[in-house]
Amino acid sequence: MELFKYTASQLHEKLVTKEVSAVEITKAVLGRVDAVDKDVQAYITRTSESALAQAKTVDEKIERGEKISVLAGIPGALKDNICTKGIKTTCASKILATFVPPYDATVAEKLAAEDAVILGKANMDEFAMGGSTENSGFFPTRNPWNLETVPGGSSGGSAAAVAAGEAIWALGSDTGGSIRQPAAYCGVVGLKPTYGRVSRYGLVAYASSLDQIGPITRDVTDSAHVMNIISGHDAKDSTSINAGVPDYTKSLVNNIKGLKIGLPKEYFVAGMDAEVERAINKAIEQLVALGAEYKEISMPHTEYALSAYYMIAPAEASSNLARYDGVSFGHRVEGNDIIDMYKKTRSEAFGAEVKRRIMLGTYALSSGYYDAYYLKALKVRTLVKQDFDKAFEQVDVLITPTAPTTAFKIGEKANDPLAMYLQDVCTIPVNLSGVPAISLPCGFAGGMPIGMQIIGKTLGEETIIRAAYTFEQNNDYHKGFATLGEVK
Amino acid sequence: MDYEIVIGLEIHTELKTNSKIFCGCSTKFGSEQNTNVCPVCLGLPGVLPVINEKVVEFAVKAGLALNCEILPFSKFDRKNYYYPDLPKNFQTSQYDLPIAINGHLDIEVNGETKRINITRIHMEEDAGKLVHSGATISSSDSALVDYNRTGVPLLEIVSEPDIRSAEEARAYLEKVKAILEYLDISDCKMEEGSLRCDANISLRPHGQTTLGTKAEIKNLNSFRSVQRGIEYEVIRQEEILDDGGRVIQETRTWDENKGITASMRNKEQAHDYRYLPEPDLVPIVVDPARVEDIRANLPELPDARKQRLMNDHGLSDYDASIITASKAVADYFDQSVQNNGEAKAVANWLMGEVSKHLNSEGITILECPVSPKQLTELLALIEKGTISSKIAKTVFEEMWSSRKDAEVIVKEKGLVQISDSSEIIAIVEGVIASNPQSVADYKAGKDKAIGFLVGQIMKQTKGRANPDMVNTLLRERL
Repeated sequence: MELFKYTASQLHEKLVTKEVSAVEITKAVLGRVDAVDKDVQAYITRTSESALAQAKTVDEKIERGEKISVLAGIPGALKDNICTKGIKTTCASKILATFVPPYDATVAEKLAAEDAVILGKANMDEFAMGGSTENSGFFPTRNPWNLETVPGGSSGGSAAAVAAGEAIWALGSDTGGSIRQPAAYCGVVGLKPTYGRVSRYGLVAYASSLDQIGPITRDVTDSAHVMNIISGHDAKDSTSINAGVPDYTKSLVNNIKGLKIGLPKEYFVAGMDAEVERAINKAIEQLVALGAEYKEISMPHTEYALSAYYMIAPAEASSNLARYDGVSFGHRVEGNDIIDMYKKTRSEAFGAEVKRRIMLGTYALSSGYYDAYYLKALKVRTLVKQDFDKAFEQVDVLITPTAPTTAFKIGEKANDPLAMYLQDVCTIPVNLSGVPAISLPCGFAGGMPIGMQIIGKTLGEETIIRAAYTFEQNNDYHKGFATLGEVK
Repeated sequence: MDYEIVIGLEIHTELKTNSKIFCGCSTKFGSEQNTNVCPVCLGLPGVLPVINEKVVEFAVKAGLALNCEILPFSKFDRKNYYYPDLPKNFQTSQYDLPIAINGHLDIEVNGETKRINITRIHMEEDAGKLVHSGATISSSDSALVDYNRTGVPLLEIVSEPDIRSAEEARAYLEKVKAILEYLDISDCKMEEGSLRCDANISLRPHGQTTLGTKAEIKNLNSFRSVQRGIEYEVIRQEEILDDGGRVIQETRTWDENKGITASMRNKEQAHDYRYLPEPDLVPIVVDPARVEDIRANLPELPDARKQRLMNDHGLSDYDASIITASKAVADYFDQSVQNNGEAKAVANWLMGEVSKHLNSEGITILECPVSPKQLTELLALIEKGTISSKIAKTVFEEMWSSRKDAEVIVKEKGLVQISDSSEIIAIVEGVIASNPQSVADYKAGKDKAIGFLVGQIMKQTKGRANPDMVNTLLRERL
């Protein structure tokens, strides 16, 4: 029995029926990590010892007949920009290579309270800037479906770990598509919640007005379970939404009769892979056959979203990343004076993409350019938001490809930032408007998974979970397992 | 040439909330270094600020007291610049939508009332403190950072360039300080840095409406240095203009020891702060009903208190101004009057003996060893004729050092005034008998001679004889 191949809800059943123990599950997944992580390279830091201790605690609770939560004893991974008390949190950056936070992110606290087992911290693009995990300051992660290709990014380590059986579930963060695009490339389910649904306290900021933590899981059911745990208002995050959290598993309903689906024509951009387009069209047909209503709509400002994003996100990043200066924590390179120390520290320890975005953002905010760039981008953001508002007056959900193509080869776009940025063209507008979206597998092209994105209105997680669950229950795409271990 | 002086002041004041503006750390001054800190004020990765509601309340209070309009919707912004006392390398402040705008304050200089307009009041966080290894920055090879002050709430109060002299600047600053003290929202201790001031100064020929090029003077750390710094800068700019030169727009720092201002950075070196809306905080929405509630509960402010002291207690405009300039002095006055002290006498003693003693010891009235009740008891002894005003000063000295009550001192030292006419007559007659020359002088019309005779009587009674009785009885017998 390959325990690492099951979902969290399946393993939970096995735990409560005492078919297996939490320690057995954790050992199975740790064994899988030992076997395949040299190829996949999903983890930056592993916490095997504490994971086994957590699993043991859960077994004791089961032994005592205590009720346990769905994630209790189920091993998962946290993206390495989520702060963990006493455990290195690097953001895959040399500048934080030795940083050990003295505090837990709110999501980490919530998971601990549910006795979830943490196997380690997952690789990512440095400071979540990138779409391939090649921008990690340490090493690239590989796609478990084809080790020659990227897992996507920036939450590439989280998605690859879940796809490879190196974690049953994971948390990622999504600023412009960083949960959904790697989920699509790795054939797993990634959900970006409504901005403010999940506390950002302890998430190392890239672009604060866009960042959001969310689950990466094997199926929609696990996504709902993780959402139940991590969602909710947090007094430590002023931007978190003060609204009650529904039980998302109540939306795991195989029925979409009467659901109005919108297909925004602007998302089917030039350069989109024909097989991706075919897969999405086929999925729509299937959903209509299952009782949904379908309508093509227009979201005219979509084409400006990418440009606006690459003003707003770098502008916030230039300010958020200013604190990495070598003064009181993190990497320091000594200099002749304080300015020299700043320059040497930041030149040496930041990667090329991070530097590019800091410079872009600094420029966009500079006196004389602010109105033309940053302010203009904020106006575009408002227009993009209005596109969504108008769309949701007509339909319940929007369906688009998650990314224009399937996973590309490692190194293929490494020297072409613009080509790399285009991979986020379908996901970025969602962050600009703050609405939730889920990516789930909807087919394969050349053996690589294709992702479908279902976008909902603000706090409309229940609707997208129901639509995704219905699609999943009527297909087998999520049941395939990346075969790297066996192939090797 | 004679120029018009144009000054605008930026006043920074630390608010005396218990906790910092964006975290729960204590704001206590003088704690051991780096003990009032947490991940939030240290700007560690991943942490988020949460606004301290008390700061908003205090800012609204200050805005209302300074006759401002309170914006129902304001927001925080990031002011980006690199400095090692600023852990995030940006200061969370307010840029284009501050909490309060368009206020004013009336000040009095040389008996004339003048209105100084206030552009804006905004909230922001204070930075930490650098401790240099050497005596000066340039002679130091390293510096340590104390983050205790990081995140202490500040208000910045920005005036319009309506101030026309160093005296006006000082009067304005003193009045703002008094108001903040009356509101009980700041300690306003310039020596501890809880009240700081920058001055923008420019000159222009009289009659010119456009502003001249300004210099911003920083490091004005006392009322005296505000006045001296401005006076120096005005002369410096006058000399440049008189020589046909042009003032450079720059930031200058006041050197208290040398008594000069020196250039810190010019316009080219000026920071581009790259403001951006603070994405980690939501806009501050202040309900108008809450503003009205705060307005209705504002304490009595200096102007109102001064008016009350004049109307209810018959103090002169001058006396009332001096007493109400400090809330603590005005409180002392009110407490004395409540203890049945006669208002005018209390005012005189406050402005005289009390103030003299406080100044010579360099302490404030809050540390005054003589309580309002004790002062009132002393005044009552004068009123009843138990002691003379002259003896009262001696008694006050003794009260100051021993903290004993006036009555106890008078009794212990036998200072009770002699008002028994038979006792005084005996002494008067003795003095007349032993000073025939002075008596003769007086009779010859030399009025001054009586002073000598009174002096002799006082000497014999150690000042205790009732002066009025001495005068009357002496003249009767001459």
